[in-house]
Amino acid sequence: MSSTILLQHTLTGISLGGAYALIAIGYTMVYGILRLINFAHGDIFMMAGYFMIFAMASMPWFIAIPLVMILTVMLGIAVEQVAYKPLRSAPRMSIMISAIGVSYLLQNLATYLFTALPRGYPEIPYLKKILHIGDVSASLVTIITPFLTVALTFLLIALINHTKLGMAMRAVSRDYETSQLMGIKINRVISATFAIGSLLAFIGSLLYFTDRMTVFPFSGTLPGLKCFVAAVLGGIGSIPGAVVGGFILGIGETVLVAMGYSTFSDAFTFAILIVMLLFRPTGLFGEKVTDKV
Amino acid sequence: MSNERLLTIEDLRVDYGGIHAVKGISIDVPKDRIITLIGSNGAGKSTTLRTIAGVVKATSGSICFEGNELIGKTPDEIVSMGITLVPEGRRVFENLTVLENLKIGAFIHKYKLDDDLERVYHLFPRLRERAWQLAGTLSGGEQQMLAVGRALMSRPKLLMMDEPSLGLAPLIVKDIFDIIRTVNREGITVLLVEQNANQALKIADYAYVLETGDISMQGSGNELLADERIREAYLGKRKE
Ligand SMILES: Nc1ncnc2c1ncn2[C@@H]1O[C@H](COP(=O)(O)OP(=O)(O)OP(=O)(O)O)[C@@H](O)[C@H]1O
Ligand SMILES: [Mg+2]
Repeated sequence: MSSTILLQHTLTGISLGGAYALIAIGYTMVYGILRLINFAHGDIFMMAGYFMIFAMASMPWFIAIPLVMILTVMLGIAVEQVAYKPLRSAPRMSIMISAIGVSYLLQNLATYLFTALPRGYPEIPYLKKILHIGDVSASLVTIITPFLTVALTFLLIALINHTKLGMAMRAVSRDYETSQLMGIKINRVISATFAIGSLLAFIGSLLYFTDRMTVFPFSGTLPGLKCFVAAVLGGIGSIPGAVVGGFILGIGETVLVAMGYSTFSDAFTFAILIVMLLFRPTGLFGEKVTDKV
Repeated sequence: MSNERLLTIEDLRVDYGGIHAVKGISIDVPKDRIITLIGSNGAGKSTTLRTIAGVVKATSGSICFEGNELIGKTPDEIVSMGITLVPEGRRVFENLTVLENLKIGAFIHKYKLDDDLERVYHLFPRLRERAWQLAGTLSGGEQQMLAVGRALMSRPKLLMMDEPSLGLAPLIVKDIFDIIRTVNREGITVLLVEQNANQALKIADYAYVLETGDISMQGSGNELLADERIREAYLGKRKE
């Protein structure tokens, strides 16, 4: 393989990894605060894709993007309010099952409303513009994605470490009742967590679908699973972990495709999951599992 | 000292599913006093405090604070009214720094925290030295001080403490009780739950004895200290 081709694939891999990282953050944050694997997260990502298709059909991109961003955030908050909040004091398994239910509900709703046929994702001006750097050519979105991901990650970490909301999120993730005793409205903090996760899922969907070009009702399933694996790989609950995990999976997958093993590119993700769970279940950056009492 | 009532509990019942944890108790907490609630394991002491704080729902009865009914209010509303609870087992946020733990105590307030922090550091100089350390790395005694400091940050009128002496060495226990006296003298009313009946009765103006959800005895601290039944059951002393 020539170095140009290698560079080309690495660039694609980093870009895919960036999108994965943004989605993986949503899994890791919700897990951190609710100890819940939010199976619906991948489907919220899918819905964001559809919202964008319909918004772009009737309005310019600079209105469509903020509008769809708000819609996706509202969907994320609504899922929490309807499916998870009533189960706050129920056993963790119940809320997990509720999450799986929401996931199927969104997929079936999408199939019913939009049919199972893939729809073309709109082209957002500029994003698809091809740039040439030496012999390597890449679309603008490929180049933007990793930078945007890293910038958003730093912003998010600053929010968590240096704002009142961030402090409340860390407190609630450790101890609900004591957080309440401090006067923290835990439901608001949980809503904020879902809002942030959904916002990042929307940005991830923008980057991912611009590259993949189509959306169908099960578009969220495989990326969702992979991003969950990315979160586990990085150590679920850890934001830098989710980002690193996302990049590892994105690059690994693309390199396999480039080497001609595209049939194994999905298997790669799950092989990593199994190896990780066997040898380092807390992930690369995970803290020791401290189960809530 | 006035006899003005700050908190009045009337016929309070609390159930956890089928378990009757508190079976119709009435308690008066006059302003500026130290009131203590003693009783053995499972008597319902923590449940009473957690119900006042709003994290457990009452089945029936009334809890009146400065003329306002607390039952039905959310924990954040209750904190805003000036009631704070130092929970059993300290429950500091181990993943936050000491300073953050103190700041989060004033979560509901928007004012500048410098003076309040200064006041807490004055009471607990140790905490100033450890401000940047994660709370999880503190010793048990330091964590208890942090839990008390954190509660004071909300500028409470009523400070409730659930077994602050639990698991601490006698010297630290003495420190904690000294602090309770100090903050009380500064005008904070204290409702103290203790298994360490001896110490608690010594500093209390008035005391209630809780037994499996009912109040079995009440009186001034000195009266109960002298009572045969109390001496036998809670102070580990035999009849001579
Ligand atoms: N969350 C809960 N769910 C069910 N039962 C509970 C719960 N919390 C307390 N109980 C029960 O209520 C009763 C009173 O408990 P509580 O914690 O108020 O006792 P306590 O007087 O504080 O005891 P200790 O001195 O051991 O702290 C006990 O029988 C306890 O088992
Ligand atoms: Mg107790």
